[in-house]
Amino acid sequence: MTDTSTIDQLKTKAREIRKEIVTMVHRANSGHVGGSLGATELVVALYYHLMQHQPQHPEWPDRDRFILSKGHCTPVIYAVLADCGYFPKEDLKTFRRPGSHLQGHPYQPKTPGIDASTGTLGLGISTGAGMALGAKLKHQNHYYYIICGDGEIQEGQAWEAAMFANKYKLDNIIAFVDRNYLQTDGNSEDIMPLDPLRPKWESFGWRVAEIDGNDFDQIITTVEEAKMQKGRPTMIIANTVKGKGVSFMEHEVSWHGTPPGKEDYEKALKELSYGI
Amino acid sequence: MEYKQTRQGYVDGLLELATENPELVVLDADVAKATKTENFQAAYPDRFFNCGVQEQNMLSVAAGLALEGFLPFASTFGVFATCRAGDQMRNSIAYPNLNVKIGATHCGISTGGDGASHQSIEDIAIARSFPNMTVLVPGDYEEAKQATKAAAYHTGPVYLRFGRDNYPIVKDIHGSFEIGRAKSLRSGTDITIITTGIMVSEGLAAADDLQHQGYSVRVLHMPTVKPLDTEAIISAARETGGIVTAEEHSVIGGLGEAVAGVVAESYPCHVTRVGVMDTFGESGQADELLDKFGLREKDILLAARKILKDKDH
Repeated sequence: MTDTSTIDQLKTKAREIRKEIVTMVHRANSGHVGGSLGATELVVALYYHLMQHQPQHPEWPDRDRFILSKGHCTPVIYAVLADCGYFPKEDLKTFRRPGSHLQGHPYQPKTPGIDASTGTLGLGISTGAGMALGAKLKHQNHYYYIICGDGEIQEGQAWEAAMFANKYKLDNIIAFVDRNYLQTDGNSEDIMPLDPLRPKWESFGWRVAEIDGNDFDQIITTVEEAKMQKGRPTMIIANTVKGKGVSFMEHEVSWHGTPPGKEDYEKALKELSYGI
Repeated sequence: MEYKQTRQGYVDGLLELATENPELVVLDADVAKATKTENFQAAYPDRFFNCGVQEQNMLSVAAGLALEGFLPFASTFGVFATCRAGDQMRNSIAYPNLNVKIGATHCGISTGGDGASHQSIEDIAIARSFPNMTVLVPGDYEEAKQATKAAAYHTGPVYLRFGRDNYPIVKDIHGSFEIGRAKSLRSGTDITIITTGIMVSEGLAAADDLQHQGYSVRVLHMPTVKPLDTEAIISAARETGGIVTAEEHSVIGGLGEAVAGVVAESYPCHVTRVGVMDTFGESGQADELLDKFGLREKDILLAARKILKDKDH
C-alpha cells in the first residue's frame, strides 16, 4: 500500500496535467485528448514516483526509459516532461505548430526526454524490445516502460514484438496496455475483438497483471511487483476510462481525436479545477 | 572471368569490421543461410540475433539497438526490407535518422527461381525516397565488402543492396570507395554510360564495343544511388551530350530516373534508362532473366547507338 500523502500528491499532479492536456489540444485545435486523459495516472505514476530519471540530464545512461507506443497521446507526455523540467512549459504553446519540437507524435531527435520516436502503431513495443535487448547486452539494470493502446495491439507487429521479448527474456520491460475499449471507429470488441486479452499475453510468455489503470495505488504496487520478476517481460493490462476527469468526455469515442472548442474547453477546465 | 556473390561480400565485410567495432551486431529474419549472416553467427554468436520471420519487428528492434548505442546490421531479402517492412524502415529508422544499416540481399531480377514475389526491383525507388537514407548498390563481391565497411563508418541509416547470384569480378571498380562519389571507369566525350550494381560489367562491355567502333565513351559507375554524385552527372551531360543508365531495377524510381532528374534540371540532354520495364519478373535462371528483361550489354548498346545516331542528325 502506497502511503496516502504520496497518493494525494500524485492525484493533485494528475489534475494539473489534465488541465494542461485539454489546454494544449484546445490551443492547437488538434490532437488526441481522450486517450491522453485516460493514460494520465499511468504517466504521472511513472514520472513522479516510479522512474529513475534526471530532467536536467535527459541522456543519463542509467535512467529508466519511457516509450509511448500509442504515440498519438503526446499531450500527456509533453505536459509531464515540461512539468518535470525537460523543457520550458512555454514550449507547450507550440504543440503541433510549424517549427516546434513538439510534434504530433513523439520524435526522439528533437524533444528532450523522449526516448524513442513512435507514430505508426505497433512500432514502439518493438523499438522498446530492441532497446531492452541493448541494455541486457550492456548489463545495465534500468527498466523500459512502454504504454500501448488497446487498439494498437491489433497490429501484427505488436505480437511479433511479444514473441521477441519472450525469446530474449526481456524482464526489463514493464509494459501496459491502456485498455479503454475505445478506438477511432468505436468499441474495440466491435471493430476487432481483443478479449480475452490476458491469456493472449500469457500464452506469448509474458507475466500478466490486470489493474484499474486510473488507480495510483494499484499502478504503483503492480509495477513494484513486476520489478521483482525475473526472466519474463511484464504486461499490465490497465483498465482505464478514456476521457477520464471530464464528465462529457468519459467513455466517449468521439473525443478520441477531436479537439475541444471554446465552450467545451472552458467546461472541461472548470470540472478539472473543481471536480466533476 | 571470375564470379562471386555480392552477399558474400556483405558478410565478409561484417566479419572484417567485427573486431574493430564491438558495438556492431547483426540481425536476421530467418534467412541467415541465404543472406550468409550465418557466417557471422558462427564467429560471433553473442552478437547475432535471429528475429524469426519478423522483418517489421526486426527493423524496429534494430532502431532500438541503435538508440542504445549499438551498430545494427539488419539483414533480409530486399523485397521484405522495403515492401513488407517499409513503414518500419521509414518511421523507426529513416525519420529519427538512426544509425541502422539494412543489409538487403536477393535484390534484382537475378534472384531467379523464386519468381516475382521475391524479386526486388522497386527497392531502390522506395529506399531513396526516404529522407536521411543513404542507398548503396555495389557491383561485385569486392565492392560489396567496401560498401559494407563504408556504411559502418557512416553515421545514419544506410540501405545496402546485394544480389543472390554469382556476378563477375570487375577489377576496374576496386579503387577507393567513397559514399556519394561516382567511380570514373572510362573517360570519353561522345556518350556516357552510367551503371549501378551488377550492371557495371555489362556497361563496360558495351563501352568497349562502342570504342571499337570508334566512339569515345565515358563510363561512370555509381555504387551510391543516394546521395547522388550530381557533379559527375552534370559534367557527363555537358561534355558528352548523351547518357545511358543501366540498373538491375525497375526504370521507375531507380538510378535512371535520379540521373534524368539531375540532367533535366541542370543540363538537358538525351537520357535513356536501361532497366526492368514497368513489369513484374518471373522464375528462371539468373542469366535467362537478365537476357529476357533486357539487362545486357546488347540492350545498353542499342540505347547508346540510338542516342549517337540522334546526335549525328
